[in-house]
Amino acid sequence: MQDFEKKVLSVKNITRQFGEGCEYCNEDKSNLNRNYCSHCYTIYACRDVSFDLYEGEILGIVGESGSGKSTLVRSLYFEQEVAKGEVYLFSHKEGKENIFNTTSQQKRYLRDYSLGMVYQNPYLGLQMKFSAISNIAQKLIAAGSRNVGQISSCANELLDVVKIEEFRRKDAPSTFSGGMQQRVQIAKALSNNPPVLFLDEVTTGLDLSVQANVLDLIRKIQRDLNISMIIVSHDLGVIKMLANRTLVMLEGCVIESGLTDQILEDPQQPYTQQLVHSLL
Amino acid sequence: MENQYNFAFFDEGSKREIRRATLKAIAIPGYQVPFASREMPIARGWGTGGLQLTLSLVTKKDIIKVIDQGTDESVNAVSIKSLVRKTTGIKDTVDTSKASLIQSRHRIPEEELKKGQILVLQVPMPEPLRFVESSEYKTKRLHADGEYSGAWLVLFEKIVKFGMVTGGAAHPVFVHNRYVMTPSPIPKYDNSKLNESEALILLGAGREKKIYAVPPYTKVVSLAFEDYPFELEDQTGLKCNLCGAANVFLDEIKTEETDEVYYQCNDSSDCLKRLNKGGKS
Repeated sequence: MQDFEKKVLSVKNITRQFGEGCEYCNEDKSNLNRNYCSHCYTIYACRDVSFDLYEGEILGIVGESGSGKSTLVRSLYFEQEVAKGEVYLFSHKEGKENIFNTTSQQKRYLRDYSLGMVYQNPYLGLQMKFSAISNIAQKLIAAGSRNVGQISSCANELLDVVKIEEFRRKDAPSTFSGGMQQRVQIAKALSNNPPVLFLDEVTTGLDLSVQANVLDLIRKIQRDLNISMIIVSHDLGVIKMLANRTLVMLEGCVIESGLTDQILEDPQQPYTQQLVHSLL
Repeated sequence: MENQYNFAFFDEGSKREIRRATLKAIAIPGYQVPFASREMPIARGWGTGGLQLTLSLVTKKDIIKVIDQGTDESVNAVSIKSLVRKTTGIKDTVDTSKASLIQSRHRIPEEELKKGQILVLQVPMPEPLRFVESSEYKTKRLHADGEYSGAWLVLFEKIVKFGMVTGGAAHPVFVHNRYVMTPSPIPKYDNSKLNESEALILLGAGREKKIYAVPPYTKVVSLAFEDYPFELEDQTGLKCNLCGAANVFLDEIKTEETDEVYYQCNDSSDCLKRLNKGGKS
């Protein structure tokens, strides 16, 4: 069993809500049957989610559709604003500044340098009209690189890693298969060697053999580069294969967390038990 | 009976609103200021942005010059000139040095613009990030954050596909070390004329409802990669068939009967001026 000692990301009490909230919201928050307040109908997509991520660790987040998994990672990637919560990224000011308190420009900088994101829908993560190589280049350019030779060589190295054939690299991802698009997204997310990578349902919608290829690739990259990853999935098979530790989410809350093997073999919460049984 | 229009077609309120947007554009070089683009007696996309700027700025003392793709005699230039003349009564000229207000489509005149002159450029697509981002809200955020990787990406893609920055017009520029701006579809040859220009340069996009500006003596730099420097159109060894000028922007003309290719000054009034001074005929 690998020991994880060095924290790379610390998330504290992330709450993402839709609505103003009311005095009864706190009472309703303890109710796991629903993610909204029965008085003011404020929806809590994430409720007081806290966790730490360690260097080289893959943290799985599992739960049914609408449980708040994607909202959580998208909030961490600054795509959605949170109502409250703190996030400390240890590559940024040694983890002393809450990255939600940074300026819009600093957030972009963090996204370009310190974070990577692979979406379920490649249309969100890629410029479909531009070539695969240009898609990788965009992140390098955003990080300040202005040398075409260097950008191209770096992009080609990454496309080698994700096994995009050389003769397809000048083609637009819109002409690629779903698996290839996901691989280009992974290469793009890795372009600036981010310490933390978010993967949001990366294998959903792919057929089984392509899923296996993408999962093998993710595992290989993680081993070779020792990147910390947060992988969101509703598929326990994916979590079982990749994650060292797992959070189970339901109605915006983390209801159970622990080592993946422990969660799968000895689930404590009824929902988790149901989820695990559905896998078996 | 002829309609009695207000001076310069617009009512005074409209002029004031466009002038306010213009002032803001001058105060923030390269920033696209939204304005309430009016319906004009020409179609959108035919220079309504430029025309609105011209009509809001023109005074009784002005002398106007209108060019379209370098020529004073094209249909669009003649029609716009005629509208301005009829609604203001001011004089027009083809001589760049004599004009106080110059409206242009796709060219900056060859003759160097001087202090006190105003150049109005017609712009079809003012947003340099539109190729990578279709949302206006998001492009505004990108401008606010100074995030211009999209504009660079367009150039990078051309280099990847063709080995060079193709596209002869609207090469993006960095204005006053702050905003990336599309300089309207002027040829790359004209980009350097934007830098430290003595004249005020205003750009108007009627269809897109934007005004932006390059005030006099503003630093304007064309975007270029370290290993792919900004290059002008290659006109080495070419010269104008009429006046013999070599260091000007030339049009390529092919005669259908003989398939003969020859070159001619794009700026027709500049060419004429040289011919009148005794250039090659």
